[in-house]
Amino acid sequence: MQTEEHLLPTTALEVQAPECHEDVYEVVYHKPSTMVDVHMHYCPGCAHSLVHKLIMEVVEEMDIQEQTIGIAPVGCSVFAYDYMNIDMQEAAHGRACAVATAVKRLMPEKYVFTYQGDGDLAAIGIAETLHAINRGENILIVFMNNAVYGMTSGQMAPTTLPGMKTTTSPDGRDTSFYGSPIKVSELMAQLPGAFFVTRQAVNSANAVRRTKKALQHAFQYQQLHKGTCLVEIIGNCPSNWKMTPIEASKFIDEEMVKTFPLGDIKVPKAEELKNLTEVK
Amino acid sequence: MTEAKLMKGNEALAEAAIQAGCDAYFGYPITPQSEVLEYLAREMPKHNRIVMQAESEVASINMVYGAAGAGFRAMTSSSSPGFSLMQEGISYLAGAELPCLLVNVNRAGPGLGTIQPGQGDYFQSVKGGGHGDYKMIVLAPASVQEMADFVFLGFDLADKYRNPVLILSDGAIGQMMEKVTFKSYTSAKVDKSSWATTGKPKTRERNYITSLFIQPERMEQHNLKLETKFKLMREHEVRWEEYQTSDAEFLFVAYGLSARICQKAMDIAREKGIKVGLLRPISLFPYPYQRLEELASQVKGMLTVELNSGQMVEDVRLAVKGKVPVEFFGRLGGMIFTPEDIEQQLENLITNHHAN
Repeated sequence: MQTEEHLLPTTALEVQAPECHEDVYEVVYHKPSTMVDVHMHYCPGCAHSLVHKLIMEVVEEMDIQEQTIGIAPVGCSVFAYDYMNIDMQEAAHGRACAVATAVKRLMPEKYVFTYQGDGDLAAIGIAETLHAINRGENILIVFMNNAVYGMTSGQMAPTTLPGMKTTTSPDGRDTSFYGSPIKVSELMAQLPGAFFVTRQAVNSANAVRRTKKALQHAFQYQQLHKGTCLVEIIGNCPSNWKMTPIEASKFIDEEMVKTFPLGDIKVPKAEELKNLTEVK
Repeated sequence: MTEAKLMKGNEALAEAAIQAGCDAYFGYPITPQSEVLEYLAREMPKHNRIVMQAESEVASINMVYGAAGAGFRAMTSSSSPGFSLMQEGISYLAGAELPCLLVNVNRAGPGLGTIQPGQGDYFQSVKGGGHGDYKMIVLAPASVQEMADFVFLGFDLADKYRNPVLILSDGAIGQMMEKVTFKSYTSAKVDKSSWATTGKPKTRERNYITSLFIQPERMEQHNLKLETKFKLMREHEVRWEEYQTSDAEFLFVAYGLSARICQKAMDIAREKGIKVGLLRPISLFPYPYQRLEELASQVKGMLTVELNSGQMVEDVRLAVKGKVPVEFFGRLGGMIFTPEDIEQQLENLITNHHAN
């Protein structure tokens, strides 16, 4: 299948790359070969591009490109398959976990993950998500929570903070009218089918490192066939939060974590990890 | 297994799915077709196939999407209210060009309606149902034998066109018991490696399944590609059956259960000296417009008989182009006409149009 070049002109990519002088300098980082070499459509300061890259780094480092199938959502990351150089399916809004269930059940030795936003997973798709986790589907759910509908330009999400202004809650989320933000990870961790549940962020270098570690664990745990891994990532959305990228990163530390505290919520017991190949 | 067996329509369909090499079935209980899920829940694991009771019809159809997208033979079945819930997913399946087999054991509606048989889902099945421009081949069985036969045919046609295929049955055909035989079957080898998501080896570009083409120019190209397939279906996949049409002066047009009852009505009418035949569309899309138009220059009038308020009759009139009177007779709400009711309607048609 040919690449869909339906987003941005590729002319910018044709500009000659600067010389790297690899003979003089040590290469300390390169873009993973599991990423497609195109411009992304994401806004400056958006978490999606970073998290795409983290997932693809893990896939490259584990050398599982040929064994990995991703399921893209509807939302800002609907084009994830344009950027991740793996086989992928684009699911209907909210149904990624149902699609992933079938893919994994039919190919149990493959690594299967969904990539979903808060509208996709926590609003329209909460039933499919909950039932997939309750069945203990051996998939990884990457849950991008930025508390707002991004692609449709900033409407209220199930995870929108109390009092937070969005285009559909112009005076701030009124919890007496709309209820409180759903803490998806805490909710799902209650289900016996959940094997590993953690909430991370990517708003600082340390946070990025922790998120990558969580993703590494989650991919590795699929070898065990012991249940669902849910990695929630608090995502920056400067465009819809009406902030600069730096302000958005601060907003996560100062406001988002009050409702969505970071850290592991459910971790496997040591004896459950006996047969696991050691994470690098 | 070539000896005749006595089976329910739903069970014959389920057994055929196993023999047709169905890799995965996803479904949600709903009367009058829950036997399909029950039969497969019992039998599929013996063949190392996947069978799952999903949390909803919405989940079922999207599980079918995932399985079909990975290149497997996948199927679901439901009945009217549940099948309505699947319409979004069917549109995605057609948009993403995924082959799969769908079954709607039609009950009477609208709304929750009743669990008794109906044919009120004709429009939904053949005119769209879901959003956007798409079509799917719709096969209408009129016997338990056809409940089985159309599974093999349906899977093959789905693969041939990379498109969903629907078996539109009804509560009576699904529930009744008749003898059925299973012929030995080998599916045509279909190479899905150029598009199925089985994991990207170094030797090929990545495969991805999508129905999204955000640029209108690309979307229109995709639409036109789909239209080309639908045109091929119209040219090659029209199926119907005729009974006593060679000398017919009048014609019944009916599908599925209604066609079965029309056969009896035909016998009664012929005993009275009325030369009536029957055309039974087997494929509801594509529809046998051309054959009906030919018969319109032979007969003096047509009676379309359906278990709804008059849906397929619009296609009959479209085919006949006003050449002869086309009347409609139907029952609603799960009520079923007798052969005598239908024969009487035919006599009324003849009287009304002074066509004798």
